[in-house]
Amino acid sequence: MSELLAKDKEVVVPGQVLAKGMDYIPGQGTYRLKDDVLANRLGMVSVEGKVLKTTPLAGRYIPRKDDVIIGRVDDILMSGWRLEINSPYSAVLPLKDASFDFIAKGADLTKYFKLDDFVVIKITQVTSQNLVDVTAKGQGLRKLRGGRVIKVNPQKVPRIIGKKGSMVSMLKKATDCKVIVGQNGFVWIEGAPEMEVIIVRALRKIEEESHQSGLTDRLKGFLEKETGKKIEDAPENNDQKVN
Amino acid sequence: MEKFERPSKRKPEEARPIEAEAGVIKKADGSARFKIGDTEAYAAVYGPRDLHPKFLQDPKTGILRCNYSMLPFSGDGTRVRPGPSRRSKEISLVTEKALLPVLNLEDYPNTVVDVFIELPQTDAGSRCAGICAAAIALADAGIIMKDMVAAVSVGQVRGHLLVDLDGEEEHMDENEAADVPVAMIPSTEEITLLQMDGIVTKEDLSKALEMVKPALKDIAEKQREALKKKYEKKA
Repeated sequence: MSELLAKDKEVVVPGQVLAKGMDYIPGQGTYRLKDDVLANRLGMVSVEGKVLKTTPLAGRYIPRKDDVIIGRVDDILMSGWRLEINSPYSAVLPLKDASFDFIAKGADLTKYFKLDDFVVIKITQVTSQNLVDVTAKGQGLRKLRGGRVIKVNPQKVPRIIGKKGSMVSMLKKATDCKVIVGQNGFVWIEGAPEMEVIIVRALRKIEEESHQSGLTDRLKGFLEKETGKKIEDAPENNDQKVN
Repeated sequence: MEKFERPSKRKPEEARPIEAEAGVIKKADGSARFKIGDTEAYAAVYGPRDLHPKFLQDPKTGILRCNYSMLPFSGDGTRVRPGPSRRSKEISLVTEKALLPVLNLEDYPNTVVDVFIELPQTDAGSRCAGICAAAIALADAGIIMKDMVAAVSVGQVRGHLLVDLDGEEEHMDENEAADVPVAMIPSTEEITLLQMDGIVTKEDLSKALEMVKPALKDIAEKQREALKKKYEKKA
C-alpha cells in the first residue's frame, strides 16, 4: 500500500522519505530508493497527482537557454566580451551579437561595453560543458546606465517576478522605479534614491518569506506603509494588461 | 566484567547532547554549526564556483574540496598551531571522502565546491562533528545530495564499548583507549568513514558498528531538523 508522507508545500531536506510505495513517481529533485521516494535537495515539495517534485530554496544560478539575465563585463576578449553572470560559469558575448551596428575587425571594443558595465542579455546557447553564449540584440536587451544592481537568491527570482509579473509590477507601481530582474539573481533598480532603498528592502523580504503563503498581501502592506501611498488592487489591473 | 560508569553518567550507547543550526554564516552559500558536547564545529560552503588553478579542473565533474582546521585556542589549552598540519590534512581528506558518496557534481563540470570547517572548541570527536556540520552546510547551499551524512565516534575504554567518547574518556584507559570514528549515510546504512585508533578485536568492532547505528540515525534527524528550522522561524 502506498503512502504519502510529505505534505504539499512542505520544506524537505535531502534523504527525507516523501512517499512509500511504487504508486508515487519521483520527479525533479527526488529519487527512488527501493520502494520509497526521497528528496535529493533542500526544497519545497509539490505533489502533482502521483508525481512528487521539489523546488529548490537555495543554490546558485545554472545558465539555461533563452533566460534573460544581467551580466557584468569581466574581460574584453579578441572577439567579444566575457561577462560575469552570478553563476559558476561565465558567459561570452560575441561581436556579432553585441550590437546592431557593424563592428569592424580590430575596433576598440570598449566603445560598446567597458569593463564593469552591466548589460541585459539573453542566453542563446549552453553547451554540455556549460559554456555560455549570450546576445545583446533583442527586445529589452541593452546596456544599463545609472541605477544600482543588487544580488538576490536566484532561486527566489520566480517569486520576485510573480505570476505574469504581478509582484514586480506592484513594486514598480508603488515606488515609480524602473526594475529589471535577471533570471540569474541580478536586479537592476533605478529611481528616486529613497524608493530604491525601499525596493531593496522589499526584495530582501521576498527572499526571506518566499516559501510562506500570503506573501503578496504582506508585501503590499509593507509597500503601503513605507511609501505612504495606497496601492489599488494590482492583480486585476495586471490581468487587463496581459490580455 | 566489572561495572563501568562513564564520567558523564551517560549510557554506553548514548551520545553527548547535540545542537545543530543551519545558515549561521550569511555570506556563504551554505553554512552550519554543529555542537556535540564540548566539541563545536562551524562549516561554510562556497560554490559550485570557478576552480583555479586551472589544472585542477575536471571536465567530467565538479570537485569537492574540504578544509578542516582547529582554531589555536580550541584544544586543551596548549596552543594549536594554525595552518595545515599532517593531522589536519589527513582529516580534510577523509572528510572529503566521507561526503563525496552522497554528492553528484557531474552537472557542474570544471567547478569546485569548497567546504571550510573550523573548530572553535574541541573535546574529542572533532572530525565527526566537522563532517556533520559540513553535511548540513552542503544541503543548506542547495547542492544536490541523496542523503545527509551523520558521523560519530565509537570507542573501547577498559574493555567497554562506548558511543561518542569525550576527551576525558579517551584519556582514562591505562593502555590506550580505542577510538573508531564512523560516518554513515542513514538511508542506505552505507559507511563512508571508518578509521581506527587503538586496538579492537574483529568481534568487538562489528558489535561497535551495530551499536552506533541508532546514535547516527538520531544525529541525521537533528541535522534535518536544523535545516527545517531555518525556514520555519521566519513565520
